[in-house]
Amino acid sequence: MGLENLILLLVLGVIFLPFILAIGCLVLVMTCPWSRNFRSGYVNLLLKIFQYGTGRIESAEQKKLETIKEKNGIANGNIAESVEQVEDNLSPGHAIIKSSAMSKEDLVLLPNGNSSPKTASIPRNRSFNSLQRDFILSDCLDFVHAGMEAIIEDEVTQRFVAEELKSWNLLTRTNRHYEFISIRLTVTWIIGFFIRYFILLPSRITICFLAVIWLTLCTALVGFLNEGAMKRAVYEKVSIWCFNFLSCALSAVITFHNKENIPKSGICVANHTTPVDVMVLHCDNSYALIGQRHGGFLGIIQRALARASAHIWFERSEVKDRETVAKRLKEHVDDPDKLPILIFPEGTCINNTSVMQFKKGSFEVGSVVYPVAIKYDARFTDAFWNSSRHSMIQYLYMMMSSWALVCDVWYLPPMHRRAEESAIDFANRVKAVIAKQGGLVDLSWDGALKRMNAKKEWKQKQQEEFSKRLKVE
Amino acid sequence: MGNHSSLLLREDEIATIQQETGFTPNQIERLYSRFTSLDKGDNGFLCREDFHRIPELAINPLGDRIVNAFFCESGSEDQLNFRQFMKVLAHFRPVKKDKENKLNSREGKLRFAFKMYDTDNDEQISKDELLGVLQMMVGDNISEEQLVSIAERTIVEADKDGDQMISFQEFCAALERTDVEQKMSIRFLN
Repeated sequence: MGLENLILLLVLGVIFLPFILAIGCLVLVMTCPWSRNFRSGYVNLLLKIFQYGTGRIESAEQKKLETIKEKNGIANGNIAESVEQVEDNLSPGHAIIKSSAMSKEDLVLLPNGNSSPKTASIPRNRSFNSLQRDFILSDCLDFVHAGMEAIIEDEVTQRFVAEELKSWNLLTRTNRHYEFISIRLTVTWIIGFFIRYFILLPSRITICFLAVIWLTLCTALVGFLNEGAMKRAVYEKVSIWCFNFLSCALSAVITFHNKENIPKSGICVANHTTPVDVMVLHCDNSYALIGQRHGGFLGIIQRALARASAHIWFERSEVKDRETVAKRLKEHVDDPDKLPILIFPEGTCINNTSVMQFKKGSFEVGSVVYPVAIKYDARFTDAFWNSSRHSMIQYLYMMMSSWALVCDVWYLPPMHRRAEESAIDFANRVKAVIAKQGGLVDLSWDGALKRMNAKKEWKQKQQEEFSKRLKVE
Repeated sequence: MGNHSSLLLREDEIATIQQETGFTPNQIERLYSRFTSLDKGDNGFLCREDFHRIPELAINPLGDRIVNAFFCESGSEDQLNFRQFMKVLAHFRPVKKDKENKLNSREGKLRFAFKMYDTDNDEQISKDELLGVLQMMVGDNISEEQLVSIAERTIVEADKDGDQMISFQEFCAALERTDVEQKMSIRFLN
């Protein structure tokens, strides 16, 4: 930065000094441990209110079912059937919104050619000759069955929309059939609405605005320091502090587990649900970020961060050139002074119920990989960004008018690629570990299916598998 | 977030569908929710594109035949409403002894399977139709001559009246020992 810029900055600083001091005080207040305890207490209070609400709805449903049971019993004279219905509805952990339309016991078609039971995909190494048999007309039935099951419920399309909640959390957007249950519940909802839109939302927008200013200011100041160990240390502390303040804008309550595995260098991979993931992870550890250069809101943050530390931001045109990307990545990772680089190998946002295929690019670099699992608590807000339905601003608006952002982050032990292992197998191994820790479904489907249609090769694999079972002259 | 459809199902519609198909109201609502989530344009009906967007169906070798069976029911080339959707799904309800419906009876299920092969809907499976479906199932992995011989053999085995084609009765007879009730049933949760 030139001398003129420095002088300009100093002048501006002096003019805005009281303003800056005020923000500084606010930041200190909001990021101290007291504030964190306050937010945790708030979240616990909310949980109690939700349980109350769920209890009211459940008892109302029970009363309704008892009257239906009486009616059915009289009308059909078929007690057995109505009892079965009632029992289904009153199963333990009574779900108000049922999450599955059918029980999927049978074969599921997978993109890698296996048609395997849901639990495991076992590669078939047996000799095929012994299993081949003649074609019979009923051979189509398996495909038909699998196809119909896919139409009723499939593993993939449900990952790109918000997860359905099992109990209501007093937000209209999560309740499909709002029925009038009781005055008290409606009043609670109205109070909740008022609090969220007229108290929480404006204060959060203000905090967000201030936090971005603060971040820009701090990173600009850090940018003045000379390159070296002190600058890095200052950047680490300052960036974590700034992101903590930013996380107040969403009332974030984040619990970090297994902090002994925290990455200090190398590559850190995590499952992707929302752009806010970066902020969530950054509240505990500083990272180098990698991604496309954006304009707008994200662009401001990108430029601010780039002043103070080394990140990798691409132009759109460079993304196509995978070799350049890989080279820059390798250079960064090989430098022990650089921060660990945060990568989301899924490549797109998934709705936090599953982990989809990891792209192999970051697993080819050959460095140690630190997996991190992030799981959002859907009772407080749905963190998933459905980019085909909502723009970034709409998404932020919805997040800021929700109750809170509660999530768990698990740091997992570092993993190395084994000697004979391919990058794809390594990626799948890491993915399985993350899925297991976060309680997510491990899928081998590509997240890009959000926007693209299935590839022809996958169907060809299915055809190949079937033809192997046919005996031909 | 959540269900974006503003078209809720009316009571009388649910009753009609229950009457026709035998699904319970809960199942109907659950499947309606699926129908609306497939209906990306919020049109109130599904088109073929909506089906092809399901990856597990798109990679199914018989995916096109299955989608065809839905639209054959609807009569329209590209519009499927919820009632027609349910009538096709009804074929896959498990058979209950005392509550048999025309759609999910053994014959109803066999009719659906027959439609997979009978491409031109003339109630007969010709050698060419059988060959076409075989090609769908095996792709390029088996040569055409071998497929032709498989098709010919299959027809010879099933054809009772010697017209070189498989009628619906012959089809049912050929599948006599197959547990159609089990293979063509899906356990819908309540």
